[in-house]
Amino acid sequence: MTKKHLMDFKVAEVDNFGNGYTLLKLSPIGKDMPLIEGGQFVNIQVDKSKNTFLRRPISVNFVDYDKQLLWLLVKDAGEGTHAICNAEEGDELNILLPLGRGFSLPNDKNDSLLLIGGGVGTAPMLYWGKILKDNGYSPRFLLGGRKDTDILELEAFRQVGEVFISTEDASAGEKGFVTMHSVLKGKIDKIYCCGPAPMMKAVAKIATEKGCECEVSLENKMACGLGACLCCVEDSKKGNVCVCSEGPVFNIKELKWEI
Amino acid sequence: MGNLKVNIGGGLVLNNPVMTASGTFGYGEEFADIIDLNRLGAIIVKGTTLNHREGNPYPRMAETPSGMLNAVGLQNKGVDYFINNIYPRIKDYQCKIIVNVSGASIDDYVAVCEKLMPLERVDGIEVNISCPNVKQGGMAFGTTCEGAASVTAAVRKAYSKPMIIKLSPNVTDIASIAKAVESEGADAVSLTNTFLGMAIDVEKQAPILSTITGGLSGPCIRPIAVRMVWQVAKAVNIPVIGLGGIMNGRDALEFMLAGANAIEVGTANFINPAVTVEIVDYMTDYCKRHGIEDINDIVGKI
Repeated sequence: MTKKHLMDFKVAEVDNFGNGYTLLKLSPIGKDMPLIEGGQFVNIQVDKSKNTFLRRPISVNFVDYDKQLLWLLVKDAGEGTHAICNAEEGDELNILLPLGRGFSLPNDKNDSLLLIGGGVGTAPMLYWGKILKDNGYSPRFLLGGRKDTDILELEAFRQVGEVFISTEDASAGEKGFVTMHSVLKGKIDKIYCCGPAPMMKAVAKIATEKGCECEVSLENKMACGLGACLCCVEDSKKGNVCVCSEGPVFNIKELKWEI
Repeated sequence: MGNLKVNIGGGLVLNNPVMTASGTFGYGEEFADIIDLNRLGAIIVKGTTLNHREGNPYPRMAETPSGMLNAVGLQNKGVDYFINNIYPRIKDYQCKIIVNVSGASIDDYVAVCEKLMPLERVDGIEVNISCPNVKQGGMAFGTTCEGAASVTAAVRKAYSKPMIIKLSPNVTDIASIAKAVESEGADAVSLTNTFLGMAIDVEKQAPILSTITGGLSGPCIRPIAVRMVWQVAKAVNIPVIGLGGIMNGRDALEFMLAGANAIEVGTANFINPAVTVEIVDYMTDYCKRHGIEDINDIVGKI
């Protein structure tokens, strides 16, 4: 288990991608970047929104240890995330990190892997893909969105592995949902998936039919992020488990999804 | 340096007045990377019942203005699991350990307390007669003087160590309930538990919580909780433990001035997991600034 830290970060860079997506690059203040695993998340205190009481959990998009930068890709989905997206260079953010259980490595170096992300769910796949590559695996990505402007950080993904794209309006890649993409017809040993719940359930169904391993990253509404408040539970085969501490990543075999 | 030691009844003395509210701090371990748990006055662990409870279905939480609603419903693995699996991991904490106890019937409360009684490092219990999120027991006992008194009397017979009764604010006269449990042998009262509330998603035209209603906590309830602590402190002669929306040291002292001998920090742990030790530091600094030799001197000054 990685050690948790409560730290201040300075906003070093803000990339506004439009369409409600913002990439923040944050540098730790007074401490080194903690060790973060692929698929883990952070919980950010939101100071600049008077109606936001709780922290906001955001998955780790990338960690650049050389430049000491934590990348967070944030979708403006309400007052809390809106305030985070509107952070300016030089602002300070108080962050609790790293949290949760991330993705697990495949069994075999030759395994055929597919990392599927939908919308802002593509965020954790970049960092996880980089870790897989650094460990001698060959990650491939399938990124999905409504339209081409939902497909973000394409160059960064391409530096890590082969990229396939689905958009609902065919403005990029194949037309349709990620679950309709032709790459899913080929050999796959393990799928990693993060996106809207209906998408993850559809991917889990395909994985089950293909008989391949599948890990999904959930985003149930959270408060503490530490496994203390028991608010973010998912009904699993072990009973109600905290997504923040026993997840956010689960093997679909652990869940009780009807697929 | 001003003395921060406080006596919270039944001979239980804490190194400082800061405790963690049950259900907001797990078993302490969850926060061990962030703070030094030994600096706390006491850890009050998650509500414990006789049998394993799965709690209520998701969604269990709704963010509200300056607070939140929860409807966890006492999810826990039961008292035997606590004794066999959790207690061995936490028994070496230097701070006091208090177990919060809940039940669906008086027999349940008694059975849990009998099992906790032999545990040397459980310094006391907090009897929860105020959980708004369970169908049976919980708040049902805490909303009448007779119900509160009957649980207190039964548990008192089974448990001779320090016993705190946690009161519900969802009553017309909380001071009369406090007096009723005092007369049945409670060593202290803690108040308040959460306020029954509700939130609706107007787009979906549906309740946000799976249980429709839930318990409201956070700074939105603080002025009501401070008023109740003030009323109860004037009505009883046993120690009073104040809680309800304490977010920082200033808020904690507000409760103590109103009559609380000690305080519990709950929802604030979710916003700032280091808040408890920051409150201890604030109290030390406050005593220095005000030339206070003993923090007990300010209790009930209002």
